[in-house]
Amino acid sequence: MRNVYFESDNIISSLGFTTNQNIERLKAGDGGITMLNDESIYHESFPISLINKEIFGELSADNNLNKQYTYAEKLCILSVLEALKKSSVDVKSENTIFVFSTTKGNIDLLDKSKSSTFPNERLELWAMSEAVSTYFENKNTPITISNACISGVVAINIASELIQSGQYDNAVVIGVDIVSKFVISGFHSFKSVAYEPCKPFDSERVGLTLGEACGTLILTCDESKISDAKIKYCGGSSANDANHISGPSRTAEGSVIAINKTLQQANCNPSEIDHISAHGTATPYNDEMESIAITRCEMTNAPVNSLKGFWGHTLGAAGVIETIALSHSMRQNIMFPTLGYNTHGVTQNISVIKQTTSKEITKALKMASGFGGCNAALLIEKTK
Amino acid sequence: MNLSITKYCSIKNGKVFVDGVEYFSSNEDKLNPFIKEFYRSEKPGYSKFFKMDDISKLGFMATEMLLKDFNKEVSPDKFSIVLSNSKSTLVTDQNFQDTVDKEDEIPSPAIFVYTLPNIMIGEISIRHNLKGENAFFINKNFDSNFISNYVHSLFCNQKTDCCIAGWVDYSNDKYEAFVYLVEKECCNKVANHNNEEINKLYKK
Repeated sequence: MRNVYFESDNIISSLGFTTNQNIERLKAGDGGITMLNDESIYHESFPISLINKEIFGELSADNNLNKQYTYAEKLCILSVLEALKKSSVDVKSENTIFVFSTTKGNIDLLDKSKSSTFPNERLELWAMSEAVSTYFENKNTPITISNACISGVVAINIASELIQSGQYDNAVVIGVDIVSKFVISGFHSFKSVAYEPCKPFDSERVGLTLGEACGTLILTCDESKISDAKIKYCGGSSANDANHISGPSRTAEGSVIAINKTLQQANCNPSEIDHISAHGTATPYNDEMESIAITRCEMTNAPVNSLKGFWGHTLGAAGVIETIALSHSMRQNIMFPTLGYNTHGVTQNISVIKQTTSKEITKALKMASGFGGCNAALLIEKTK
Repeated sequence: MNLSITKYCSIKNGKVFVDGVEYFSSNEDKLNPFIKEFYRSEKPGYSKFFKMDDISKLGFMATEMLLKDFNKEVSPDKFSIVLSNSKSTLVTDQNFQDTVDKEDEIPSPAIFVYTLPNIMIGEISIRHNLKGENAFFINKNFDSNFISNYVHSLFCNQKTDCCIAGWVDYSNDKYEAFVYLVEKECCNKVANHNNEEINKLYKK
């Protein structure tokens, strides 16, 4: 089986338009959640993490992205363009595959109050993916995964496996989801949105904060393309709780299976994990479930963070941007704080990171969970 | 590694086929009345069926055909589900958007939860206690080559011993389910698990 390395990346979010801008604000504990007061979307003000539309407009104009692309597609194109600045991967090559992770893609086109000239077909997620991969003149049919909030982690796992097995040499993994009235109304109807910025793992956490983001992670089997510290993909897995479609298992059943399979695949002991990037949505059930999973998998010594307090929950983008952030944590040997976390609020004795902390990180685990009882994990390692 | 397809089911145009043989047919052309009629005829005794959205009902009944007589012992964490379609949950998305647009209506959480295609995987997992790998792919058409390669890799990486795979798609004027059960090479197979044979079954 061939090795897979992280070659280049980009994050577009409320924290900025480059990976560096995002990482610097994570380090500084400077989040991107603001209050939105717009009665056309929701009858009271609520916290949300939004991309700066002014800068987005300028970047779109600079790159001649005209009306033939939707908002989500433009984000994808801008994100890949930025990632390519530091990449030597040939995106036009038949050996490069585009892999997309999204829950709702161009769902804003369903809102008839906003006039749109796009054909209905553009609501289909594969059409969004094709618009982006065609922009980059890649001739392979792109892969699109839509598996709720584990989509990003699953997309990285699938892209890595395609390279490991030799089907492709490189992959461009793109995670994207935008804030729309559809998604805002949906999560509000579930009463899972907090009235103040979310507080992962905190005793006063009451729910999540929504966000929008786009992340690009370029993977390759070509070791010679890596100049930085090498971040290697070691394994990943997904699993279902088989318990409930809108709430996690109280025993963390699926999450434990996904983590154990991941450790097994990576041939790694739980004690070797130096750092865990949790899903940490700040809903009472999710965070409690993750603390149980970490305990059951015997990883309570590994410091844990959730970055949802910075970015909000960015759905299909979350797994991608949070894994990118984790890889930079490893390169810089620094762990980002869990913004919003103050008083320990889960039953298990896990070590939640409060402040930016230095630590030599060799192996790290990313966790994710979502509606439909799905869970996923992946493991990455820093090699010389 | 050689893999076998041990059962398959197609549902479209008011007809259900199991292993290529017609199993049920109805004069109802719309999915909702048709799939409910099929449920009543089949009697799985699973009342949660009625709260599902229509595409989940379709995927649910198609996989019932694969597993109703299945009696092999497979560890739940080694039983995976890999599904795909082109329209995701667009019919349910439109239903939810309608409740968002109407000023005198409160958006419905019961509809919203079904606006993710993998909820169907969740429903099937709960029904049959399946805890293995989950993946829902969106392709323009059923991509037997990609799906079979992916399922093959799950077996090769020792992540699964058994897998439900296929295509469950629904738009306002059309519905189609084509699902099959993949196991390690065994004697009761109906086809080999490879791109060519899957395509043959799909086009039957």
